[in-house]
Amino acid sequence: MQVTIYRYNPDFDQKPTYKMYDVDTSKVHGIMLLDVLEYIKANLDDSLAFRRSCGGGVCGSDGININGKNSLACITPFKELPEKVTLRPLPGMPIIRDLIVNLDQFYTQYNSVKPYLQTHSNPEKEHIQSIEQRDKLDGLYECILCACCSSSCPSFWWNPDKFVGPAGLLAAARFILDSRDEEKESRLKDLDDLYRLYRCRSIMNCTTVCPKGLNPNAAISKIRDEMIKSKTTCTEPHHEHD
Amino acid sequence: MGLWLCTGRFGYYSGMGNIVSILREKQFDAIIVGGGGAGLRASLELSSSGYHVAVVSKVFPTRSHTVAAQGGINAALGNVEGEDDWRWHMYDTTLGSDFLGDQDAIEYMCKHAPDTVLELEKMGMPFSRDENGKIYQRAFGGQTRHYGKEFSVHRTCAASDRTGHAMLHTLYQQNIRAKTQFLTEWYAIDLVKSESGKVCGVIAIEMKTGDLYFLNAKVTVLATGGAGKIFKSTTNAYTCTGDGLGMVYRAGLPLQDMEMWQFHPTGIANVGVLISEGARGEGGYLTNSEGERFMQRYAPQYKDLACRDVVSRCSAIEIREGRGCGPNKDYVLLNISHLGEEIILKRLPGITDLARTFAGVDPLKEPIPVVPTCHYMMGGIPTNPQAQVIDVQKGKDQVVPGLYAAGECASVSVHGANRLGANSLLDIVVFGRAAGKHIKGLLDNGYEQETVDQGALNRSMSRYQRWMDNKAGPSYSELRLRLQNLMQKDFGVFRTKEAMQEGLDGLIAIRHEMQNATISDHSKAFNTALIEALELDNMIEVAYATALGALHREESRGAHSRIDFPNRDDKHWHAHLITYTDGRVAKRAVNMKPHEMDPIKLKERDK
Ligand SMILES: Cc1cc2nc3c(=O)[nH]c(=O)nc-3n(C[C@H](O)[C@H](O)[C@H](O)COP(=O)(O)OP(=O)(O)OC[C@H]3O[C@@H](n4cnc5c(N)ncnc54)[C@H](O)[C@@H]3O)c2cc1C
Ligand code: SF4
Ligand code: SF4
Ligand code: FES
Repeated sequence: MQVTIYRYNPDFDQKPTYKMYDVDTSKVHGIMLLDVLEYIKANLDDSLAFRRSCGGGVCGSDGININGKNSLACITPFKELPEKVTLRPLPGMPIIRDLIVNLDQFYTQYNSVKPYLQTHSNPEKEHIQSIEQRDKLDGLYECILCACCSSSCPSFWWNPDKFVGPAGLLAAARFILDSRDEEKESRLKDLDDLYRLYRCRSIMNCTTVCPKGLNPNAAISKIRDEMIKSKTTCTEPHHEHD
Repeated sequence: MGLWLCTGRFGYYSGMGNIVSILREKQFDAIIVGGGGAGLRASLELSSSGYHVAVVSKVFPTRSHTVAAQGGINAALGNVEGEDDWRWHMYDTTLGSDFLGDQDAIEYMCKHAPDTVLELEKMGMPFSRDENGKIYQRAFGGQTRHYGKEFSVHRTCAASDRTGHAMLHTLYQQNIRAKTQFLTEWYAIDLVKSESGKVCGVIAIEMKTGDLYFLNAKVTVLATGGAGKIFKSTTNAYTCTGDGLGMVYRAGLPLQDMEMWQFHPTGIANVGVLISEGARGEGGYLTNSEGERFMQRYAPQYKDLACRDVVSRCSAIEIREGRGCGPNKDYVLLNISHLGEEIILKRLPGITDLARTFAGVDPLKEPIPVVPTCHYMMGGIPTNPQAQVIDVQKGKDQVVPGLYAAGECASVSVHGANRLGANSLLDIVVFGRAAGKHIKGLLDNGYEQETVDQGALNRSMSRYQRWMDNKAGPSYSELRLRLQNLMQKDFGVFRTKEAMQEGLDGLIAIRHEMQNATISDHSKAFNTALIEALELDNMIEVAYATALGALHREESRGAHSRIDFPNRDDKHWHAHLITYTDGRVAKRAVNMKPHEMDPIKLKERDK
């Protein structure tokens, strides 16, 4: 297998280069692309930098661009890839080193939706939530913040400081639709903005790439529905400043 | 070796030929090393208190290994049976621990389990629900009612089979709300101690820049998680390298019960990915090559929900006696297809994905090949139930000033020789919170920092310097592989003196070679080779502690089964074992004094 990897070390590289590694996959311990990366690091070149933690698709560390598509290396079987593979850091994010990108902006947008339950009541035991009410969170709460979606979203590339992006909006939907949350109105109001929510052009890249099979685009539609329902939509749209 | 000079308020400088490394300094009231469940629960307690606190984590907090926990968290809420009691939970935990758990700590944990779990729910944790809208509870291994008289109780609170994910994200979210300060992707290298022995913070590296810092803190909490990566095959993340344990060992402090490693019966064969005990809790069962449900034979009452050490040994025996499955007869089968698609997809969607991705089988139709796989470290840094780290001097417990530990890295000890499933997520939040509360009390009373001398900083920097200076010698990755293979071979489910002695000799050799081991990357920005090398130093200490304890303990108890000493021997070995990095081993008494109930007396475990 020929793995070509984007390399950049800010200590001494003026500009990025690509380096090709010839990997005898029979020597790789494991079946995933992450195992190939581990093999390269342990046996061919310990200077290759990438993130990883769980190795099982649940921590969201190893989102990278694999032959043009964002995914998690740890759940991408290398046998299903072509003989020649090119790996790049997630697009649209500042690069720290090699396959490691700076996700500060991504996290800032996530934080901006107040991704925590807001309630004013304090029941003696647990909040009561019916099975049906809880079902509404399925497909929303499982996000692992891998950034595969936001880094494939053209709207996020152009306005990472103003558009919340698919992952952040998915988190927003998770709380808007939680029967226990008591700040639905203020959450909707906060998103009712040409940039924060309405920059989404339903390009669907997010849903196509999500390695956890989540559907941020559908979540965004749900937020829009809720907005219509709660009639908080501004009658006078703000002016666009692009 | 560099010389580290103090330059007053601007920090510390090192002169090494013409290379100058700067040691910057930051001051805190408390730092918490670790952003998993234990660390985030501790920080939450403190960040609202107005003290200057930071969480240091080598990975972004939600990438901590807590995220991988599947099955659930125990609490005697009684949502299914209508009645449950924390005392019954305590009984099960004590028996599960094969009596090596400290009863004061177990009591504290089980008693606080219900309010700790309800608190998580109120924070927003998306638990699954039952028909009454309450928290969904499932059955898990080793759980009974009425002190072992009634079997198969539903005590494990679950968010589908993604409980750890739901918990960790909720705790992180609450920390966003509380405006906790994070030093994310910072790696703690070593503790810094004052002359009198007080812990005054850590030396850490900011990975993005490679800059070094002395994080000067009145109180340091270690919440660095497990160390399963010392074994070749493990359900643990790459990051589970026992960093906190290595730090403690090098600081001259002891580790406790390190021979106690839990092998989970259902790791996917050849990959080491976990299939939760929840699969058996929902009604799954194990079979051998003859299609026999062998657990019914070994444990007629608990059956497939016997304690993990028991089930793992039974699987290992089945395989050893030739009743394993597959072409090499080296695994057994976990069957869940009979549960039906609806239950499986609702209750076990995560493991369905894992089985498809990693084992290539569709659990809706076929059984999953599984083997006992290294999963959890019961031993660790000894602490009291306030999470204060303990040293033993002249046979007496002594609190180490300024140092706390909570979570999987700690040995408080609630798990003793064998942890019950779903008791670890409980342990991390209960004792993370306890640490936070105790530290708050300490700071409220005006806890002062001691001054640190140059020598102490130099000592804590020496490891970093070694890796940066070594230019010729074996590569760290080669030694790491040797270590993992050795542990797998000599310290697995069944142990003998001969194999373990050979293992210990091998470890001592590796430890020696480590002094000359190298990384070829000496650059600063995000140097992951350096981080892995520093982790390897810790893994070796953990492995060494394991070997010392395992060789020393001449009995079989819980997860530690010796072929040469097949029985539990309470007369000689009903005691914790503490070991030091210089090879000293000593016994420490097991606590048998719960405050609110009679001690649970030693007896054989039920089957
Ligand atoms: C696959 C799997 C499933 C499990 N399922 C369950 C279950 O269903 N129920 C249950 O009760 N238990 C379960 N467990 C066990 C449980 O998940 C863990 O024991 C627990 O989550 C550990 O939490 P922690 O906070 O102690 O450590 P972790 O979550 O591992 O966090 C450790 C933290 O320390 C940081 N850190 C480590 N070293 C350094 C350093 N040198 N510098 C800076 N930061 C550092 C890491 O970045 C991380 O933030 C499971 C374990 C596994 C492996
Ligand atoms: S659907 Fe919206 S959020 Fe998703 S990629 Fe397209 S523009 Fe971005
Ligand atoms: S929605 Fe999917 S792709 Fe986006 S961050 Fe979450 S898990 Fe990753
Ligand atoms: S390493 Fe955790 S998602 Fe890939």
